[in-house]
Amino acid sequence: MKVTITVNGTKHESEIEPRTLLVQYVRENLGLTGTNIGCDTSSCGACSLHVNGESVKSCTMLAAQADGCEVTTIEGLAKDGVMHPMQQAFMENHGLQCGYCTPGMVMASISLLKENPNPTEEEVRIGLEGNLCRCTGYHNIVKSVLAAAQAK
Amino acid sequence: MGGSILGNRVLRKEDPKFLTTGGQYVDDLLDEPLLKDAVHVTYARSSVAHGRILSIDTSEAAQMPGIIAVFTGADLALEPVPSAFNPAATRTLLAMDKVRYVGEPLAIIVSETREQGEDASEAIIVDYDVLEALVDVEQAMTSSVHLYEACGSNVVFDSTFLGMPANTGDAYFEGCEVVVKGRYVNQRVAPCPLEVRGAAAAWGPDGRLTQWLSTQHAQGAPAPIAAANGVDVSQVRVKTPDVGGGFGAKIGTYPEDLLLGVVAKRVGRPVRWRETRSESMVGLGHGRAQLQYITIGGSRDGKVTHYQFHAIQDSGAWVDMGTILAPFMTRPMSSGVYAIPNIECHTTSVVTNTTPTVAYRGAGRPEATAAIERAMDMFAAEIGMDAAEVRRINLIPKFMEPHTTAIGGTYDVGDYEESLNRTLAASDYAGWRKKQAERRANNDPKQLGIGVSVYVEITGGVGTGESAKVEVLEDGSARVYTGTSPHGQGHDTSWSMLASEQTGIPMDKIELVWGDTDLVPIGSGTMGSRSLQQGGNAVYSVAGTLAEKAKAVAARLLEANEADIVLDKDQGIFHVAGTPAVSKTWADLAVAEKSTGGLVHSDVIGVTGPTFPFGAHVGIVEVDTETGKVTHIAHYACDDAGTVLNPMLLEGQIHGGVAQGAAQALMEEVRYDEDGNPITSNLADYAFISAAELPSVTVIHMETPTPNNLIGAKGIGESGTIGSTPALQSAVIDAVSHLGVRHIDMPTTAERVWSAIQQAR
Repeated sequence: MKVTITVNGTKHESEIEPRTLLVQYVRENLGLTGTNIGCDTSSCGACSLHVNGESVKSCTMLAAQADGCEVTTIEGLAKDGVMHPMQQAFMENHGLQCGYCTPGMVMASISLLKENPNPTEEEVRIGLEGNLCRCTGYHNIVKSVLAAAQAK
Repeated sequence: MGGSILGNRVLRKEDPKFLTTGGQYVDDLLDEPLLKDAVHVTYARSSVAHGRILSIDTSEAAQMPGIIAVFTGADLALEPVPSAFNPAATRTLLAMDKVRYVGEPLAIIVSETREQGEDASEAIIVDYDVLEALVDVEQAMTSSVHLYEACGSNVVFDSTFLGMPANTGDAYFEGCEVVVKGRYVNQRVAPCPLEVRGAAAAWGPDGRLTQWLSTQHAQGAPAPIAAANGVDVSQVRVKTPDVGGGFGAKIGTYPEDLLLGVVAKRVGRPVRWRETRSESMVGLGHGRAQLQYITIGGSRDGKVTHYQFHAIQDSGAWVDMGTILAPFMTRPMSSGVYAIPNIECHTTSVVTNTTPTVAYRGAGRPEATAAIERAMDMFAAEIGMDAAEVRRINLIPKFMEPHTTAIGGTYDVGDYEESLNRTLAASDYAGWRKKQAERRANNDPKQLGIGVSVYVEITGGVGTGESAKVEVLEDGSARVYTGTSPHGQGHDTSWSMLASEQTGIPMDKIELVWGDTDLVPIGSGTMGSRSLQQGGNAVYSVAGTLAEKAKAVAARLLEANEADIVLDKDQGIFHVAGTPAVSKTWADLAVAEKSTGGLVHSDVIGVTGPTFPFGAHVGIVEVDTETGKVTHIAHYACDDAGTVLNPMLLEGQIHGGVAQGAAQALMEEVRYDEDGNPITSNLADYAFISAAELPSVTVIHMETPTPNNLIGAKGIGESGTIGSTPALQSAVIDAVSHLGVRHIDMPTTAERVWSAIQQAR
């Protein structure tokens, strides 16, 4: 089947298999491998990206469902070589270690602040419950998100 | 003159890549020329825990769309391979005669797409003669059904095999005023790196095999890969892309890794393999899984004089790394931080029909610490003394010369009381005790629990040194080659700091090379918290020697005496002392040395011995006594790792360690039903800890340098895990101890806590 999906500002018309997941589409069809796959039960959030500005676990969505949508992946966040404030906050607060959960964590965190621009620590923790990290103990991820909220 | 960069909170060089394009993990190697037209490998796995294989029918799978080939062990003529730790135990890399756990690989499907391979794996029909599944480690010890018949028992390793004495039983405690016994389950947990296992393999036009591997130790992989492929080890090159976490479970190679070259040769195309999370939960090795019997004895005034420990290690269905952690890592640490004059520790490792166990963050030391800390708590409860006070009475006094415990562990330096004091002060231990007393007096349904642990562990126990090479290029930039293998630890930043400190070459002009066995043939990888004290130490030493060598080159170029040459590290230039106007840059020197092999130095730098980080943790939980629900509300961690290179990275390691320790204490457990079917084999069923279940961690700094390396550094990768688990288990029990509860096994789930309260009433 044919889909038209705008990814990171570029419109792509692609011929895909109907069962293609959105995460497979961005990784395999477009070669955008920043979005990672960490599980097979939609538990880990490593594949989080934005569809029409909202955070989505891209393993739970068919590429076909994104037909006509605007998709943003981690590769689309920095503008003219300048990192998004959330990316910057993760760097300054050591919010990543192995980096595997990071793209999904950053995308989910941006979405979290969009819904709640001034969250408490507890609200950040609950808001990121669907994004798993094994390295950081979440401490510095939470700190990063709170710092990004302050920076706005 | 600028100050030293060492000890500073330097941001990570590797982060911009991870944050903007993402890392390049093995599954991201889409543009690798050698992997062009690669096909996908899928493993068909055993669906029963224990059984004889009567037949494997691959005919239907082979006919399915996109299937290039299907191989069984017989098709590949696989031969049995003995375990490194008990040669009587042998297995083929694909199960042929028997399966021994659910998830064991038994056939390979090669397909054009990954999905086609998954579909075909479900069409492989295996006929089994199902055998009794041994899931319980004590049942396996005495069963007449043996996983490996040639071993004659399911006990595949025992500390007595090494000539260590067996325990003497209750007679050991004659004369003790107080004797307390315990049976603790240090449960099986899943390491769960966010990136599952994956690899790719390609035979090059030169006849050599290149294998990309998500690993913690590339240099350990060529030998087993070469053996599996029937080639000389010189014909194998292993390359490590970015690795999305390991936690010990990616130290060794797995059958799925070893067979990829064989398959690539058979089908004449490069191959890729990436498991699913559900496969990973049964295929990647598990951690812990130790049953502990302890007896502790002493006097009513709080002095512990006798401790006896029998550790029964569940090896799972293969005699892998997990088997030997009990005798080699748990046993020597069984005394913990305490001056106990009489200790016995016997370890028994037993195979069961479960996923094989391997190293997992802490690897044998968390088990030792959990046992002694739980025993100290039970001893304290028995004599009615505060848990912190009993610890204080029994701590080994401060020592700055090596100290040997009664079990034979020799620690480098330690000041355990100071770490306890700092943690009790920073946590306001007395204040929490007051709050706890108030809630108890008010009969509040939500009770507070306070847990204390004091621990010591062994790091850098793997390897006796590490390789490093520093090369200055003609543009004045440097390449640092290391035998360690970062997968989150930030070596790119840390090793650049060390090399920059010695050479004055700016950090952003230093590139780190690791994990490629052609470029770094010697290395012991990243495991056992060894990297800084051995790998960083080697970089520091080699870069220092290179700077000295460079002075000789500068002397030649400046026509001066070598002894008069100084290296201005602020500017990265060499000049004669007192005349900085005439100078040579690193680039000048590199150009000058081009014809004689370049400006480079490499060496393997040894260390004096392993190091023994220590510290104290206080964990605070709130327990809802009506539901049993536990909430981890505060955590204080003092982890003394010696000289600190980068406090930001140190804290990151502690935070992550505490979370994994809390996960074991409070939530996570790999479970099987009685037939050996895994019931936690995906991330929906396994209680992987999330941000919502953790508090922020208060880190308390303390630095007692070790004399065992140039830097003074001890390991920090595992300390947080080791200290936090017993503190939190203890905190949960403490919250309900006034109701008569003395012990709750981990994980201290709501169901277990509620049941313990009901039983005590």
